[in-house]
Amino acid sequence: MADDEDIILSDLDDGELVLQMHDDLYDGLKEEIEESVNILLERDWAPYRVLTEALVGGMKIVGDDFRDGILFVPEVLLAANAMKGGMAILKPLLAETGAPRMGKMVIGTVKGDIHDIGKNLVSMMMEGAGFDIVDLGINNAVDKYIDALKAEDADILGMSALLTTTMPYMKVVIDTMIQMGIRDDYIVLVGGAPLNEEFGKAIGADAYCRDAAVAVETAKDLIARKHNHMAAA
Amino acid sequence: MTAENRIDLPGDSRLTHEGLSASGEGPVLVLACGALAREILAVIRANGLSHIDLQCLPAILHNHPEKIVPAVETAVAKMRGQYQKIFLAYGDCGTGGLLEAAAGRLGIEMMPGPHCYAFFEGTEEFLDRAGDEFTAFYLTDFLVRQFDAFVWKPLGLDRYPDLRETYFGNYEKLVYQAQTDDPALTKAAEDCARRLGLTFERRFTGYGDLAAEIRRL
Repeated sequence: MADDEDIILSDLDDGELVLQMHDDLYDGLKEEIEESVNILLERDWAPYRVLTEALVGGMKIVGDDFRDGILFVPEVLLAANAMKGGMAILKPLLAETGAPRMGKMVIGTVKGDIHDIGKNLVSMMMEGAGFDIVDLGINNAVDKYIDALKAEDADILGMSALLTTTMPYMKVVIDTMIQMGIRDDYIVLVGGAPLNEEFGKAIGADAYCRDAAVAVETAKDLIARKHNHMAAA
Repeated sequence: MTAENRIDLPGDSRLTHEGLSASGEGPVLVLACGALAREILAVIRANGLSHIDLQCLPAILHNHPEKIVPAVETAVAKMRGQYQKIFLAYGDCGTGGLLEAAAGRLGIEMMPGPHCYAFFEGTEEFLDRAGDEFTAFYLTDFLVRQFDAFVWKPLGLDRYPDLRETYFGNYEKLVYQAQTDDPALTKAAEDCARRLGLTFERRFTGYGDLAAEIRRL
């Protein structure tokens, strides 16, 4: 996005540096992002502020341009990789500094499905939004999801599938949760290229999430509603 | 007039980006993915199915499943007055059931199965095997010939080779489903496997369920 060949990051003031980080995220420049994160931390920015204003703010632009067909998957992956570099620095500091926590999500691709790019993007953006993520990886059978939900005392279950042949397995998981009487204990979000809102409703998920940004907003909204409901009860 | 003469098969690149126009002759239209044009035409020719006409939508829609249903609906609306019957030579192709629902609304039949990978191999056998073979990446004859257009470039591997692990790290092997016996194509498929860092398996399928479905029209 920007011609940054001659830019010395440490010479920029805070506002300029944050804008430069948005550009660097957009261009997938991991080393520059890591350097900028360290500069802001040295300037006594709270880790949570670095995360939200510089990284999440930058990824929002990436996400919006992806949604609008301006950016494509390879560029989004490079941006995500750059954000991951920044997150790796911030993650241990966020816990130490008491950054706000939104809830805990168990996430994984369903049995028979190895396609984890979308799942990884959702995990990263959810983490950026303050959720704790328990990533089960790929090819998860129903027991693995349910064991993790219980063991981790999670709030949200996230299931992902890329294949028409594997997406019905999400219903197997939800039906098992119903049989066990634990369905309403969790928010269930589903996503993946062949899914749609109708499918999400038909299998009994709380929401279908079109992309990582929608997943974050939906999770925040449903967690807030859950808290309100609990407070009212 | 024979099917060979009526239907003029364009090159793979045109099938990828533009598709194939119908000749306008015959009572039955097969509306297909451009990736199947050569195979369907081979079945038409081998069986003398002169009553069948063929129209193909751009094969690259394979990479944009959300565009398949609108493209099919538009094509059927335009062509249906000219034919007694239209058959849709598409699998679900990543539409999550939306294509089947559209076919139902339009009152036309379509290929059963999730993808052409399934019906070339035989959908039943393919699905039986799916539980044990979910780390396989499939290529057909057409996709081997158009590997760069369908895989390498859209995934950005020409520009960002480091992304290979991100895309293919969970895959183990490339299965080349060969519709024809062509040593040059087998060699090209092997090269695709090497580029993706996957082991290679060649599996001769012929035209599988596709031939049977076209013959019964």
